[in-house]
Amino acid sequence: MIDVIDLRKSFGNLEVLKGINITINKGEKIAIIGPSGSGKSTLLRCLNCLEDPTSGSVIFDGVDIADMKVNINIHRRHMGMVFQQFNLFNNKTVIDNIMLAPVHIGIQDLRQKKLKNLFIRGRNFISRDKKELYPITTSKAEIKTKAKENAMRLLKRIGLEDKANVYPSTLSGGQKQRIAIIRALAMNPKVMLFDEPTSALDPEMVGEVLDLIRQLADEGMTMVIVTHEMGFAREVATRVLFMDEGKIVEDNTPEEIFTNPQNPRTQGFLSKVL
Amino acid sequence: MGNFDKKLEKFWSVFYEHQGYTKVITGLENTLIIAVVGLAIGIIIGTLIAIIRVLPKYRMLPRILNGFCTFYVGLFRGTPIVVQLLVTYYVALPLLGINMPALNVCVLVFGLNSGAYVSEIMRGGILSVDPGQMEAGRALGLSYRVAMMKIVVPQAVKNILPTLGNEFIALIKETSVVSFVGAADLYVAFNYIGSNSYEFMVPYLVMALIYIVLVAIAALLVKLMERSLRKSDRRN
Repeated sequence: MIDVIDLRKSFGNLEVLKGINITINKGEKIAIIGPSGSGKSTLLRCLNCLEDPTSGSVIFDGVDIADMKVNINIHRRHMGMVFQQFNLFNNKTVIDNIMLAPVHIGIQDLRQKKLKNLFIRGRNFISRDKKELYPITTSKAEIKTKAKENAMRLLKRIGLEDKANVYPSTLSGGQKQRIAIIRALAMNPKVMLFDEPTSALDPEMVGEVLDLIRQLADEGMTMVIVTHEMGFAREVATRVLFMDEGKIVEDNTPEEIFTNPQNPRTQGFLSKVL
Repeated sequence: MGNFDKKLEKFWSVFYEHQGYTKVITGLENTLIIAVVGLAIGIIIGTLIAIIRVLPKYRMLPRILNGFCTFYVGLFRGTPIVVQLLVTYYVALPLLGINMPALNVCVLVFGLNSGAYVSEIMRGGILSVDPGQMEAGRALGLSYRVAMMKIVVPQAVKNILPTLGNEFIALIKETSVVSFVGAADLYVAFNYIGSNSYEFMVPYLVMALIYIVLVAIAALLVKLMERSLRKSDRRN
């Protein structure tokens, strides 16, 4: 699903990623662990090009999204991302947070289809070989109601439907993060990227967020998680990558990595955190 | 202060009996038109410039636009508004062969001028919004423009509202120089009353009072707007 080929990223003179190669298959749950400053988050952010890679490619569904000429926005719709700092839109209510992107993108697509149909109609009017119009099966109002239904369904799933019309500033960290997760889910992504989703949370709220991520994993969502929760990585992940100094040092099943690490650096790291 | 009664009487006779108040009303109207429309133009120009100035500068076009904006802001912040008015009215417009009423020229110049100031205020506002907000929008597949307009700018506007109110108040007071190009504002009206009653003390006093009241009303409006925009805030 995602192929990362010789990915490099530098900030100024500092090379953060030094040639990363990974293949992420559908349904895999990949945990990326490693000491801070090892480039875990940067790698994750390169996967959906929030950081533009300095060189190398990120092939997502057959398209190299690291290529600057590709319209990245279309591909990002299929990659949900959850941030350490939640990043809910402060000026929008919870439900608007969830609905904003689906509604906007739905309407944008509708408008583009209508525009294309207009061209085709004009062309059909002059030319003999008639082209078919793009079928328009929806309307603005329908897009909005559907997005709203979907948002409410997702909110119900996490038991926060009563918070639909409040602003994010009134929510606890755990609630914010769970809403950030379903906001990403509302786009029906093919893969979810989690950037240390529990690192900014109070200890008693970590559980609720991890439970939700675990549910998603059980449903078969493909996901990449940068995390410091070793227990969680071990339990949920199907594959663990250990990164150090901008390289993937070890890539194996959680069993192997946690019980029988091969690389001395992995051993050193794990002996400190476990 | 027996003298003052006489002065008041003189003022009243020109103000009321000789219809001086119609001039005051026109002046008040013009003052408000210049300030309000000027600020509106300023906010539009300012927002555009601010967005251009915070654009990532990988490509050529943003760099060129950025250079132009820097020049624009430098030009309008670097010269007094009176000079801008005079140059526009007596130099630029005649050279271009455009004939425009003095009031329109004033609105235009005040708009362009406040655009330069608002752009810096707005830029600060945009930079004050957590970059995570933009990232979250982009990660959901929104374009830079949409994320900017729907998420970042609304939050920036809320942050800068007090400063923007300050700019509006400054603008109201600065309009008192438009008589340089012959636009009829409050100063012109009270000057007229003063010269017709040979007595300037009371007219200028009243003028000062009107400005104070205007500014107080503007401050109140800003406060109300701030309150209504604060719904999403922690401090209520």
